[in-house]
Amino acid sequence: MNKNPQLNKHGELQHLLTTEGLPSPILLNILDTAESFVGVTERDIKKVPLLRGKSIFNLFFEPSTRTQTTFEIAAKRLSADVVNLNIAASSQSKGETLLDTVDNLSAMHADMFIVRHSQSGAAHLIARHVRPEIHVINAGDGRHAHPTQALLDMFTIRHYKRDFNNLRVAIVGDILHSRVARSQIHALTTLGVPEIRVIAPKTLLPNKVERLGVHVYHDMEQGLKDIDVLLMLRLQNERMLGASLPSSEEYFKYYGLTQEKLSLAKQDAIVLHPGPMNRGIEIDSAVADGKQSVILPQVTFGIAVRMAVMSILTGN
Amino acid sequence: MQLPDAEILLTRLIGEIQPEISGSTALVGIYTGGVWLAERMHQSLGIRLPLGTLDVSFYRDDFDQIGLHPKVKPSDIPFEVEGSHIILVDDVLYTGRTIRAAINELFDYGRPASIRLATLVDRGGREMPITAQFVGATIVLPEEKMLALEQGNDGRLSLSLYNKNPVEQ
Repeated sequence: MNKNPQLNKHGELQHLLTTEGLPSPILLNILDTAESFVGVTERDIKKVPLLRGKSIFNLFFEPSTRTQTTFEIAAKRLSADVVNLNIAASSQSKGETLLDTVDNLSAMHADMFIVRHSQSGAAHLIARHVRPEIHVINAGDGRHAHPTQALLDMFTIRHYKRDFNNLRVAIVGDILHSRVARSQIHALTTLGVPEIRVIAPKTLLPNKVERLGVHVYHDMEQGLKDIDVLLMLRLQNERMLGASLPSSEEYFKYYGLTQEKLSLAKQDAIVLHPGPMNRGIEIDSAVADGKQSVILPQVTFGIAVRMAVMSILTGN
Repeated sequence: MQLPDAEILLTRLIGEIQPEISGSTALVGIYTGGVWLAERMHQSLGIRLPLGTLDVSFYRDDFDQIGLHPKVKPSDIPFEVEGSHIILVDDVLYTGRTIRAAINELFDYGRPASIRLATLVDRGGREMPITAQFVGATIVLPEEKMLALEQGNDGRLSLSLYNKNPVEQ
C-alpha cells in the first residue's frame, strides 16, 4: 500500500487529508497557485471555467458556516456544481452509515467530497473507500487535522512576512482539542519556520507536545517576546463546562490577547484567528479589529487557497 | 534548420504595429514568451495604457488531460477592458487554442471594442479559426517539432527548436 494515502503513484496530491507528511514543494505549489486565484477573486467576474461540469459534494457531518461557505464559493468560482449536504440532519439520523452515504453520492457521479466530521480519521476512511478518480478534501476531522485552514494561514503569513525562514510564530490557546493547531504546526515546520511556540495552560496542551518540535510556554508574557506571527485559537465554550478551565474571565486574564499583551511581541507582528472568534475570551475586540489583525484577509485568502487545492487535486 | 533572429522579427513586428496605435490601444502579453515581447513593444511603441499580462492556465481546454500547470502566474489587466482596443501578444501561434483561451479570459474582465493578435512566429497547424493580424515570420514546421522563444541573461530574445515530448504549445 502507498505510504502516504494522500499521494498518487506519481507522488502528486490525490486527496488533501492532513498537512502532516506533505513535502514542501507540494505545499508551496498550493500557495503559489492560490496567488493566481487571488487575482480572479478581485475581478468583476469572479469565475474561471476550470472545473466546469464537475460535481463537488460538501459533506458536513458537523455544523460549520464559514468553512462550508468558503468551500462552496471556491467551487462556484471554479464553475463546478456544488451540492451542500447537511448530513447531521438527514441520512445519518435515519441510520445510514458513513460509507453508505458516500457510495450513494458516488453513484450520482461525484468528482470530489469535502468532508467535515467530528471523528478523527473520517476523511481518511472515505479517501480509502472511494474510486481512484474521486478526490477527498478534509475540511476538519475531530481533533486531528484541518489542512485547508492551515494552508490559508500559511498563505496569509507569507503574504505579510514574505518568507518563512526567519520567523518566530506563537500558537496561543486550546492546543489540546485543536485540529487547526496540529495542521499549523506540521505546515510551519515543513515550510522551514525556525521557532514555533505554543502558549497555553497545562490543561489545554497535549502530553509530550514538545515532540512536535515546538517550545512550550505557560506564561503569555514570556511566550510573546520577539514574536512575528500570533496564531490565536478558538476556545470552545464546551471546554468551560468541563474541568479544563476555571472560568472564561480567568482565561481571558491570563491567555486573552489584549493590546497590552500584543505590545510584547514585535512591533510589526500580525494576529490571525481561524474564526469564529469569542471576543473577550481569547481575543479582545480592540485587537481583533486593530491594525495588526489580519483576520478578515484570512477569510478572503481562504477562498483562493481552496480554489487552488480543488483545481490541483482535480488535475492530478 | 536555420531559424530567424528573434530580435529582427521583433523589430519588424513593432514596425507593423506602429501605424495602428491609438490612445485606446492596450497590449496584453501571454505568459511567458508573449510577456517578454509585449514588455519590449510596450516600451518602444510608447503605449499609454499600462501593460496587461495573461496566464491562460485556468482557461485551457486540456486541463482534463494534463492537469493544472504547476507554475501558474497571476493574470494582471491593469486597465479598463470595456471599450479598449486590445492587441494580444504571443510568441508562437500554432493550434490557436491558447488564443481561444486568452480571448475567453479577456471577456471575464469586460467587453473590449476589438482584439487583434500579434505573434512573432506563425508556424501553421491551426485547429481553431484564429488568425494573427501582425506576424513577424511564417515558418511551417513538422508536428513533432516545438518552437520556443528564450530570453538570455542580457534580455536578448532568441528562437530554439526542440523535439516534442508531449509538451503542447
